[in-house]
Amino acid sequence: MNETSATVATVAAKSAMAGETGTKPPQLRAARIRKQSIIKFVILFITLAFLFVPLIAMLVFTLRHPLSGRWSAAPWIAIFTGNGESLGADLTVLWQGIGTSLALCAVTVVIMLLLMVPTMVIVHIRSKALERAIEWVATLPLTIPAIVLVVGLGPIYRWLSADVLSTNPIWLCFAYVILVMPFAFRAIAVGLNSIDVKTLVEASRSLGASWPKVFFRVIIPNLWQSILSASFISIAVVLGEYTVASLLGRMNLQVALYQLGQSNSQISTAMSLLALLFGVVLLVALDLISDAMRKTREGK
Amino acid sequence: MTAAIAQNGPAAAKVAGPSANSSSSTLARHRQELGTFAVTLPFFAYTACFLLAPTVIVVIGAFQTRDGGFTLANFNKLFEPNTLSAFVTSILVSIASSVIGTVVGGLASYALVIGAKPNGLMRRLVSAISSVLAQFGGVMLAFAFIATIGINGIGTMLIKTLTGFTVNPNWLSSLPGLVTVYCYFQIPLMIIIFLPAVDSIRPQWREACESLGGNTFQYWTRVALPILAPRFISAFLLLFASAFSAYATAAALFSQRSILVPLMIQGAMRNEMDPNQQGFAQVLAFAMIIVVAIVMLLSHAVEKRAGRWQ
Amino acid sequence: MTLDSTTATSAPVSPAAEEEAFKNDPTATLEGVRGKDVTKAAKALLKDSAKRGGGSIQMQDVVKIYPGSTKRALDDFNLDIKPGEMVVLLGGSGCGKSTALRSLAGLEDIQGGRIMVGGQDVTGVPVNKREMAMVFQAYSLFPHMTALENVEFGLEVRGVSKEERRKIAMEQLDLVGLADQAKKYTQQMSGGQQQRVALARALAVKPRVLLLDEPLSALDAKVRVQLRDQIRRIQLSTGTTTVFVTHDQEEALAVADRIGVMNNGKIEQIAAPQDLYQRPATEYVATFIGLTNRLPGASNGEEAVVFGQRMPLLAGSAAGDAVAVLVRPENLALSLPGQHDSNIGEHARVEVIHFLGSLVRVDTVITSGEFQRWNKGEQLKVTVQLPANELPAGLAAGDEVIVTPRPVAALAC
Repeated sequence: MNETSATVATVAAKSAMAGETGTKPPQLRAARIRKQSIIKFVILFITLAFLFVPLIAMLVFTLRHPLSGRWSAAPWIAIFTGNGESLGADLTVLWQGIGTSLALCAVTVVIMLLLMVPTMVIVHIRSKALERAIEWVATLPLTIPAIVLVVGLGPIYRWLSADVLSTNPIWLCFAYVILVMPFAFRAIAVGLNSIDVKTLVEASRSLGASWPKVFFRVIIPNLWQSILSASFISIAVVLGEYTVASLLGRMNLQVALYQLGQSNSQISTAMSLLALLFGVVLLVALDLISDAMRKTREGK
Repeated sequence: MTAAIAQNGPAAAKVAGPSANSSSSTLARHRQELGTFAVTLPFFAYTACFLLAPTVIVVIGAFQTRDGGFTLANFNKLFEPNTLSAFVTSILVSIASSVIGTVVGGLASYALVIGAKPNGLMRRLVSAISSVLAQFGGVMLAFAFIATIGINGIGTMLIKTLTGFTVNPNWLSSLPGLVTVYCYFQIPLMIIIFLPAVDSIRPQWREACESLGGNTFQYWTRVALPILAPRFISAFLLLFASAFSAYATAAALFSQRSILVPLMIQGAMRNEMDPNQQGFAQVLAFAMIIVVAIVMLLSHAVEKRAGRWQ
Repeated sequence: MTLDSTTATSAPVSPAAEEEAFKNDPTATLEGVRGKDVTKAAKALLKDSAKRGGGSIQMQDVVKIYPGSTKRALDDFNLDIKPGEMVVLLGGSGCGKSTALRSLAGLEDIQGGRIMVGGQDVTGVPVNKREMAMVFQAYSLFPHMTALENVEFGLEVRGVSKEERRKIAMEQLDLVGLADQAKKYTQQMSGGQQQRVALARALAVKPRVLLLDEPLSALDAKVRVQLRDQIRRIQLSTGTTTVFVTHDQEEALAVADRIGVMNNGKIEQIAAPQDLYQRPATEYVATFIGLTNRLPGASNGEEAVVFGQRMPLLAGSAAGDAVAVLVRPENLALSLPGQHDSNIGEHARVEVIHFLGSLVRVDTVITSGEFQRWNKGEQLKVTVQLPANELPAGLAAGDEVIVTPRPVAALAC
């Protein structure tokens, strides 16, 4: 009669034959899922191989002396004992860089939170237009690359360090707040959109809470997860920042790594691996914490 | 405190009746608007100082002579062969790494989402690793590639021992080398951008398609890919912008050779006192802003087009 | 087989003939008809639709076990549907009703048994070749297509020409009353409109079987009622064999030719709505559909004595000295102690009186202590339903009444 009926008939005949031999009906869906999982496995395997090969090479590189070919854990020992003399390396610059970067993380996160959270909350409640404006400004650094920003920041920092502040690298925090802004904005916006801030505010105001009380006792606890996430992402960005620090001639972790890499690439590679690992741990921790928070909330 | 008063203002006006108290209610509204604006003032002041001011300095600097007058002469250097070739290399590397990044990263996101548990361990781990590699790698990625395929890299040694072939130590700064290095943060970036897009694909669509008589090929060409296309294109554009503005990895790999635009900016900044280099860094930066802005506008246009049904 | 969907594609019915079919559609006269009349009209139509087509369905000893589970989601499941019939599978969550529908559609593999549609074995036929169409609970419309493009989709993948498919799609949209929304995208439509487009999309391919998987459960109550009536009207007019899955008994009673009540992967009973209500075959069916009281009684398998009243029993009733007889609230009478002149019936205390307009439902508790023993120490609560004008005047909570079963056939278990 027509093509489709013919297909139906032949497949029906096949399945009838299968029925005679006493086997299960054809498992079409299961076969497709199997095929799909093979494809998935191949894709993931290739992608992960590409991502992991350099990381594994880094690890091997730190353990095998490139010139003599001898295997040793000397770079790791140097990092964990804080003494690089056995490898002829001076690690003070590294410690200095780490110290600066950690301090920068703290200061940047504090300024970012003070600047972003109250503004975003108020604007979210009050003014759609202002909210859009702030979104536009906060995500602008994605459009203006750090390398471009540095060209303009050069004169500003020259003036700041000569006339107002010092050349202390901690003042890099002003530029870093701008760099982390798009990430922080998105994290906080997700939190704001997932709770009904307006109703929360109206409810607590109607119960007689003052504005500071509303902000600290009602809104912040509900935004906790986003604030944490914004902070973690900011920390990761600051720890990985090289462009601004190096071009403005300030020391931080990445600049220290680079300088150390010129004299002892094994130690700097080991330290890089540690920093990358720290980043992964930070984000996995964030993931687990927010998961646990969601679960306790749903559990209640 | 002003905010509290402002909040009560309109409510009181409503009770009193709109006609009787309209003037006081407008006053209250103005006051509320003023209060809101006051709270946002620090934010706007800060971004004006550290985001707007540097951008303005770049733009002005691009059009300024040594003694502060207006000029277009700075742009002449933009068309010198060196500069042009840096732009071409930058754009080629960005396009190639973005194409590979979107395709491979897109496939990987699909593999991570389809038929998997929404919060599986695999997915969490891959997204955490991807975030680190995509956004915070920088110098450390350069070390990874030096360790792999640099002069004393593990890969270089392995290839030499196994095949006897010596990898050209300059391979990393060749076009294919640069693309490989850039893919190392482009693929992870694509994965974190694209995972939510793949998440939004509903299994019902596939079932509906099949129950209406569509086969796998028709599902992909008529349903899944058209739905993903706008997100895919805008992800490609974002990847392009990210590659085009990347500095740290390239700078750590070959700081002495200005083969990419960001490296050229670095060189120009170092030689700012050289009268020949007047405004050069600013001109390059300005050109970068233009390129990235065009890309972002395209991306907005794509999203707006898809907005009809999204 | 006459309405094999392919007739619409490779050998399209002439448009004029099709229009004629819609014009002669008895649905037009069905509008506004309610209750028994709908069933009558439906039966008349059934004969007619057998002529027009609509596939018969047989699911025989179907077994479905989900991967990683040992439980049988479908346990030797049997279902036999006549062409043009609308069968509702009704049951609580996890009873296997959706699994049955998805297995029929081919969206799930089955581990045993076979499925026949229109006399053909389709067990090994992939979903897209089964010539069925499914309406999902929600979100199944393609978001990047307009309503019209969505409806055209099934015809497009069958290679129907552009003008032809546009014409058919417009007709289908018209049928569901959305011709003016053809250019809209999914996101611009309400949930009810989206489900109507999904229905039009499914019908456009002239499926042998129409499958509806809880199509109304994501909608609000008012839209749900409107749309279910519309689905029934359209189904009667097209004569498409339809399987409708729901957990809502009211919905099932309103649209079905027959209802299959499912429990633990099996159909407990399949019958016309009225039969199901009046002659339930199992305790599960009796308690799942409508309200029912479990009253203590003694049974010989054919007759029972409840509160001193002799009652005929339905087939399948249990025998014994202490059985539970399932009595509907409307099969109980209520009288005041002073006016009660027979020795049957049991004393009870009124707890709550619910006025339901023309009806009144009275919740009572039997005061005799012996029934507490029977009821494992709990109070024996009995609900009585009667027309509002039969309620004894001035009856209030706390009053004493006498509850008497009417001699209507019931199930003992």
